[in-house]
Amino acid sequence: MSEKNLLSVRDLVVHYETDEAVTEAVNDVSFDIKPGEILGMVGETGAGKTTIGMSIMGLLPKPPAHVISGSIVFEGEELLPTSPEPKKLFDFAIRRKRRHEEKGLERMLRTIRGKKITMMFQDPMTALNPVMYVGDQISEVLKIHENLSDADAVKRACEILEMVGIPANRYKEYPHQFSGGMKQRVVIAIALACKPDLIIADEPTTALDVTIQAQVLAMMKDLQQKLGTAMILITHDFGVVADICDRCVVVYAGEIVESGNLTHIFDNPMHPYTRGLFGSLPNLEVDTERLTPIEGLMPNPMNLLPYCSFFTRCKEKCDDCMKGNPKLVEVEPGHLVRCFVTTAGKEK
Amino acid sequence: MALVEIKNLKKYYDTPGGTLHAVDDVTLSIEKGKTLGVVGESGCGKSTLGKTLIKMTEATSGEVYFDGQEITSMNQRQFKQMRMRMQMVFQDPYASLDPRMSVSALIAEPINTYHLAKSRNELNEMVLSLMDTVGLARRLANVYPHELDGGRRQRIGIARALSLSPEFIVCDEPVSALDVSIQAQILNLLMDLQEEKGLTYIFITHDMSVVKHISDEICVMYLGQVVEKCESKELFKNTLHPYSKALLSAIPVPSIHNKKERILIKGEITSPIDPEPCCRFAQRCQYATEACFQSEPALKPYKGTGHLVKCHRVEEIN
Repeated sequence: MSEKNLLSVRDLVVHYETDEAVTEAVNDVSFDIKPGEILGMVGETGAGKTTIGMSIMGLLPKPPAHVISGSIVFEGEELLPTSPEPKKLFDFAIRRKRRHEEKGLERMLRTIRGKKITMMFQDPMTALNPVMYVGDQISEVLKIHENLSDADAVKRACEILEMVGIPANRYKEYPHQFSGGMKQRVVIAIALACKPDLIIADEPTTALDVTIQAQVLAMMKDLQQKLGTAMILITHDFGVVADICDRCVVVYAGEIVESGNLTHIFDNPMHPYTRGLFGSLPNLEVDTERLTPIEGLMPNPMNLLPYCSFFTRCKEKCDDCMKGNPKLVEVEPGHLVRCFVTTAGKEK
Repeated sequence: MALVEIKNLKKYYDTPGGTLHAVDDVTLSIEKGKTLGVVGESGCGKSTLGKTLIKMTEATSGEVYFDGQEITSMNQRQFKQMRMRMQMVFQDPYASLDPRMSVSALIAEPINTYHLAKSRNELNEMVLSLMDTVGLARRLANVYPHELDGGRRQRIGIARALSLSPEFIVCDEPVSALDVSIQAQILNLLMDLQEEKGLTYIFITHDMSVVKHISDEICVMYLGQVVEKCESKELFKNTLHPYSKALLSAIPVPSIHNKKERILIKGEITSPIDPEPCCRFAQRCQYATEACFQSEPALKPYKGTGHLVKCHRVEEIN
């Protein structure tokens, strides 16, 4: 615990505001990442995983997104504006101050994004520019962030291509000439080009076949260890988490409901949602006659309940659950759970 | 007796680059009331197999027997009555439903096509009872698909398939677009329906753990061919073909104990256009020898059991 945090996110709240309603995408999320660590972020579609990743990158579409509160500190630098958001239309002084601060932050983010923090997007088919050589898409990053000359950038890009297992002579080819697995390798190459400190990988293997997924995961783990990069791996697959992550957070309806290391999550899941997820996975090792799915659906984030967001689907609920939203409770060192019932009496 | 029998089924497509062998010489049979799982990676021809065997695309050659009757040579008129007995559940619940039809209209469509309801009241009754069967609340009868989530949309797809009381359903990746918690709900529903109505399924998927859960028999496909076929439990206990072994070992297991040895297969699936007359997996196989590149192995029983495998060196490597 003595090591300094590379990234720490505190009390992050992100809303999407539209004319009809406010979508509470991320509610009060806090987590830390240490250098060289792989954090798995697991949750269902619409749980807010990608929004968390995007807010770290400063890539949220504004509007409709609004960072309501919270702080994101990366290597000691705050990435979110600290001045208050203007409440009224005519708060000109506040508005001006805020805009000035946002401009400064954007300038700083441009030097960080792509160099110190990089992001790998879910779909390699759409993440690459279809009318640019794949090699040029890698050397572009190097030219912008490392001020390399054209010739040097091309040389480095070729090295990086070889590193991810693509022959350098395919530099001058277009993305459509590559298969899905190869495209994902190019995306990884772009993300690794500047040897970043942190990679946010948003479902990097979801669009790939299992055999290709195994190849890509093995390579990512290998390169991550070689370069000492920290990584946030956003996924919905507990299998992938068990494979390469050090720690894991489970996200549900924009909240972290459980976090801990792999032993905590896999051997002693405490939150009913985490338990439910394990119950709905068909297991290769054990013969189960019938799966035990989580009943019902995720709550509408436009209309969240004032109490525990898992209440309606929970099997272990009691009347106390309606009294308010539970806090994250540390049940054993490093293992945090957000539930009234399962943490009762176990608080340390 | 087998409900569905496929003999030497072939489906080729003509492409500018040559002939694409999507399904190449597949012979299978499915017993009544059982589930046959078909697994393989994208592009191995598993969806084409499903479509060809219920005549959604015409086969290039080969025979498909349904309840003793040959269907590939039937014309549309003869086939219409057979079509009622064989239905399909599609992969993408977002794309397979007409966005301009309400839930009740979607479910009523097949019933109207076959004029099964004598009056409007009877039709309503049928639609509502189908909605009950698949677990859709009756209040959703007049909403449109875009208002529903993936799990509910897939339930509509299942209700449509069930509306003609078929005996045989081709499920083409029915759960791969869904979240795990919803996926489990749909799998349970499909298994309950099978028990209740004695349905026969062919379950096409790329997910080994799903197929293990639902199937009685499994066949593993690679580049249009069946490379291994046996009972579900047998496949996981005693995997024989090198490709099935690699496929099984590549699945990330949600457990931090008993880590298994990964077999990483080299490269990617080779082109299905005009394949060489040799073992199609040879290029990626770690056990491949000269012989594997010279002739194509036959799908034959392993040591006289019902476990079929298509590999020259199966005895040596196991």
